[in-house]
Amino acid sequence: MQVGKPILYSYFRSSCSWRVRIALALKNMDYEMITINLTKDGGQQFSEEFRALNPMKQVPALKIDGITIGQSLAIIEYLEETRPTPRLLPQDPKKRAHVRMISHLLASGIQPLQNLSVLKQVGQENQLTWAQQAISSGFNALEQILQSTAGKYCVGDEVSMADLCLAPQVANADRFKVDLTPYPTISRINKSLLALEAFQVSHPCRQPDTPPELRA
Amino acid sequence: MKQVPALKIDGITIGQSLAIIEYLEETRPTPRLLPQDPKKRAHVRMISHLLASGIQPLQNLSVLKQVGQENQLTWAQQAISSGFNALEQILQSTAGKYCVGDEVSMADLCLAPQVANADRFKVDLTPYPTISRINKSLLALEAFQVSHPCRQPDTPPELRA
Repeated sequence: MQVGKPILYSYFRSSCSWRVRIALALKNMDYEMITINLTKDGGQQFSEEFRALNPMKQVPALKIDGITIGQSLAIIEYLEETRPTPRLLPQDPKKRAHVRMISHLLASGIQPLQNLSVLKQVGQENQLTWAQQAISSGFNALEQILQSTAGKYCVGDEVSMADLCLAPQVANADRFKVDLTPYPTISRINKSLLALEAFQVSHPCRQPDTPPELRA
Repeated sequence: MKQVPALKIDGITIGQSLAIIEYLEETRPTPRLLPQDPKKRAHVRMISHLLASGIQPLQNLSVLKQVGQENQLTWAQQAISSGFNALEQILQSTAGKYCVGDEVSMADLCLAPQVANADRFKVDLTPYPTISRINKSLLALEAFQVSHPCRQPDTPPELRA
């Protein structure tokens, strides 16, 4: 059933939205974007309209093939299963396990602890330290894991879902002034990823809702 | 990652529970923990991730240590209620006997432990009738009973079933 182009609900600065934007770019998929500003009007994600679409009141959400999917990794795995080329997960189950392990380390071990709603709860004076602690703690573990999994990218030499999670988290690390010197492998991989077109077109500084002062 | 669980299997070690479960599913495919249909699989993963990244990390041991003892209960209750509010709504369109349709899936494996945490933190479950119903059905299954925290080798005597 052809229901028109997929629609992605995204915020330029949301690292979770960026993951999905990268996936859509890598898979050469045409889609529409509806931007949801997480800070304006008290947060547009809390509107009745958006809540009906995605009860989690979060971006990203993807409307595709007649369904709406929330949670960036669920979206990416759906894209992988329905639009399998180019691959975002290797064929070998053990390598797939490594890709998922790294993806989840980033997507549940780090990002939720330093997202907007948690930072609001910890309070402005504690935010920077809290975010830095969440990121460094996770990056310490990840740098070690990458010693055995990484080639050119997080797992071997092909871009995978793990890399889609890494680059946005490094951007957050920069934003929160985390010192990246202890993480040379993370830095090296991130640098290679940012050179790829899919990571550039999807970058927060090039989105329809990027504010002028942050635009590339 | 200095966290549990970790599974040493087939010559590798995997951390992150959902990565472990997906590996088990891919290498030991029966009985299924994910449906065959990609859209239903998306729903299973969406619910699993809602629980595993949207709720659990915000109320785990290391975060609760950081928020401090006097704030812990409120913080945990807030994380859980907020997530359960969303999940209860999502389940209206996905749930049958279990979280997605009538077969136990990875989503259910994430749900029951989170409801146990909700009980531990005294979250009022009245607003979540679907979550409660599904949880009750799950706890009747043998796999959920043998694996229950109250029946483990390291369960302290006072919490043992």
